[in-house]
Amino acid sequence: MGISRRKFIQISAAGGGAAALGTGLMTNMWGLTPDEVSDPKTDGDKVVATFCEMCFWKCGVLAHVKDGRVTKIVGNPEHPLSKGRLCPRGTGGVGLLYDPDRLQRPLVRKEARGEQVFEEVEWDEALDLVATKLQGVIDQHGPEALALFAHGCGGSWFTHLFKALGSANHAGPSYAQCRGARESAFELTFGAPVGSPEVTDIENTRVLTLIGAHLGENMHNTQVQELAKAIEAGAELVVVDPRFSTAAGKAKYWLPIKPGTDTALLLAWMHVIVKEKLYDQDYLERYAVGFEQLAAHLEDKTPEWAFVQTTIPVDTIVETARFIASRRPTSLVHPGRRTSWYGDDTQRARAVAVLNALLGNWGRAGGFYIPTKFKIPKADTPAYTLTPKTPPDMPKGTVYPFAGEVLADGLRNASLPSEPNDYPIKAWMVYGTNLNQALPDKKRTLEALQNLDFMVAIDVLPAEICGWADVVLPENTYLERYDDLQTPGFRTPFLSLRQPVVDSLYESKPGWWIAQQLAERMGVGEYFPFDDVESYLAERLEKAGVSFEKLKKHGVINGKPEAINLDEGLELTFDTPSGKIELFSQRMADAGLPPLPTFTAPDEPGPNEFRLLFGRTPTHTFGRTTNNRFLSEIYDENVLWLNAKVAKELGLENGEQVVMTNQDGVVSLPIKLKATQRIRHDCAFMVHGYGHTAPKLAFAFERGSCDTDMVTKTKIDPAMGGTGLNVNFVRVERWQA
Amino acid sequence: MSGTPRYTMVVDTKKCVGCKACVLACKAENAIPDGYCRSWIVEEIRGEFPLLSAELRSERCNHCTDAPCVAACPTGASHYSDGGTVIVTRDKCTGCKACIASCPYDARFVHPEGFVEKCTFCLHRVRRGEQPACVEICPTQSLHFGDVNDRESEVAQLLAARASKVLHEEAGTNPNLYFLV
Repeated sequence: MGISRRKFIQISAAGGGAAALGTGLMTNMWGLTPDEVSDPKTDGDKVVATFCEMCFWKCGVLAHVKDGRVTKIVGNPEHPLSKGRLCPRGTGGVGLLYDPDRLQRPLVRKEARGEQVFEEVEWDEALDLVATKLQGVIDQHGPEALALFAHGCGGSWFTHLFKALGSANHAGPSYAQCRGARESAFELTFGAPVGSPEVTDIENTRVLTLIGAHLGENMHNTQVQELAKAIEAGAELVVVDPRFSTAAGKAKYWLPIKPGTDTALLLAWMHVIVKEKLYDQDYLERYAVGFEQLAAHLEDKTPEWAFVQTTIPVDTIVETARFIASRRPTSLVHPGRRTSWYGDDTQRARAVAVLNALLGNWGRAGGFYIPTKFKIPKADTPAYTLTPKTPPDMPKGTVYPFAGEVLADGLRNASLPSEPNDYPIKAWMVYGTNLNQALPDKKRTLEALQNLDFMVAIDVLPAEICGWADVVLPENTYLERYDDLQTPGFRTPFLSLRQPVVDSLYESKPGWWIAQQLAERMGVGEYFPFDDVESYLAERLEKAGVSFEKLKKHGVINGKPEAINLDEGLELTFDTPSGKIELFSQRMADAGLPPLPTFTAPDEPGPNEFRLLFGRTPTHTFGRTTNNRFLSEIYDENVLWLNAKVAKELGLENGEQVVMTNQDGVVSLPIKLKATQRIRHDCAFMVHGYGHTAPKLAFAFERGSCDTDMVTKTKIDPAMGGTGLNVNFVRVERWQA
Repeated sequence: MSGTPRYTMVVDTKKCVGCKACVLACKAENAIPDGYCRSWIVEEIRGEFPLLSAELRSERCNHCTDAPCVAACPTGASHYSDGGTVIVTRDKCTGCKACIASCPYDARFVHPEGFVEKCTFCLHRVRRGEQPACVEICPTQSLHFGDVNDRESEVAQLLAARASKVLHEEAGTNPNLYFLV
């Protein structure tokens, strides 16, 4: 059987991720311990409750610490998001903490920007320099010339700093490049976003439809726990995916749809449900407006019409529509998460929202719940006094009427001298987001970086973006710091604490301290009126009547459950102009946009071209974790999925190295081919977050290939400015070394 | 009568998403050196596009009732312990690999320090009344551990209620790792 699968990965002996601990094998005396079961002794001599930041779900964890080292991380049974269980990333936090490539000391650029020649300096020198440079930009161009890009909990300190300084230019790629279209569509329809954690009652649903949702590969812990519970309780899955995903492998129906045609299928499903009166009439009469217009709109969206678009057989469309409606309201069409695909994503997400409305599942068990939140007052900090200028993310002449957040790519573009900007952005602060991989059209990102007056990166690892910074400030990991309290909307209200598990390694510092130091140097120190973050947190907790000691011990305080749906006695209200669910959206009509979900056919690939799709593995949170040696023990490199028959026609062998060339002639880093039955003939798929080009990420450097390199074309959603990323086509050829 | 305990693991392939949290939790709990693991995921895809089926299995040592590794071990290092769990006493193991050659499940490897390693059902935890690390971490609750001879146990009830299979039945090892299918 060749190489044993136990030794499944060859990695360098220098790996420091999960170092083998001493096993106590000091003697080799035979026979003294006939039934020895060696205890690996990885239980901590202390166990600290905190919450995870390996992705953005924020599960409660328990970190075991022995002799000052974290030995293992397990789930916190008291925490409602983890319930004592974790995904692989949560377990792999140790690999981040002990990553040998971590940023250790503040760095100041010495050569041209991007050449990655830095000098280590003391914190005071670095902070003085950052404050002086940022202040210089403010003095010359106003505070609005500063942009903050942030992703992750610690970003809140820097957003606060920016508000104090008078800049409204803070954005995350998590909006326009990720879940933005979904949030806008649900706000337009139900008057509320889906949020994170998603307000989906998966556990109690009996038919779960996943269309553009990949639970099991998208490993958000609570959702996957609920998926498994639903399956155990007999729930059936309808999975619509060009790829035979993990969830498709568990589905009653798998519909391998032509990419980019989801809206046609959704409309045809609604056509059947309306024609056959399978919708929840009482619910719609009571809670919705626009049914008549919707019914008229659906008249010609027949299964026959949708077949031509989607390649899903007519009978299958009819059968699945009936099946989905058969278990309403405990039938849930999952809204997905990243919905930045084709530039008409608000329309697509509106179709998902309206279909759910027909099933009468908003505010019902097995559908969507209305989240509750732990209430905790803010600390006493001064009100923001400056009225910031409107963000320049929508240059002159463009308007995205339903954009709920600032567009990260818009701020990038506003930093380009070549763009028609309302005003220029001259300096960036980049916190915890590797814009080189997160934003499409990398050339523009690099052009913007080269034209800035100043750029500071705050991060844990030396990702590509750090290489372009003038100053790099090393933040410590989530296991070494406090962050602000977390009280997300959820099924039950709860309050989560992040607290240090071990002392900070190297010279790394927590985000709150860095923000406070900069604030003091820039004349807005009064916005951080505490000596230590503990006193800030203590003040907030005292106001809420919560014991800090108790919170430190448990990591979480659970509030009293409240009614979260009609079944539990909650009255439903909708924060829309009509006060009802808007099947027909007058707001869309007023903005000159289609008021009823409308399908736009996607562009067709040329001969031998494949639509490039990308997504997740349960092991990684895109490029943030691909340098993690512990996680890489189970997934260390992305591969390119191509239909096996197609690969054979191209003369390509499973497992060989190939390269992609996109429609603009850009060539990818080499990537291993996965020739598989699990994908349609007209698309290719890869996991996002590989193909790092930052040499200081010693493990991830040039490992696998980067999909962002191929995304040189985008289509912008006219409703909310989301970036359609799945509009690029690639040819695939054997790699010539 | 339940008789002597028989420790058994039952893996629900219907719920498992193959995320490998079990693999990493085991590695962390048992301080397994880089590059090795005691458990692993098998993803078995059958059929041709678009008529496909998938089975996801979290696999490890089968803790066989008639374990060929125990029979093959010349020093008695491989032996039966609590509940029939197959254990390797490190101090007695010479690293001869006879057990590795005899195991139909490819469940064993030689630790860099020279002895043979494999899943212990986390007996060090079980003896304290805890679940194996993989069972505790599993986000889909696909892994179940207990005494199959106790009819009230979860594992016994699952095996009574659901269709299940074992691997390499033909090897006659009487494995104690079951897969709900």
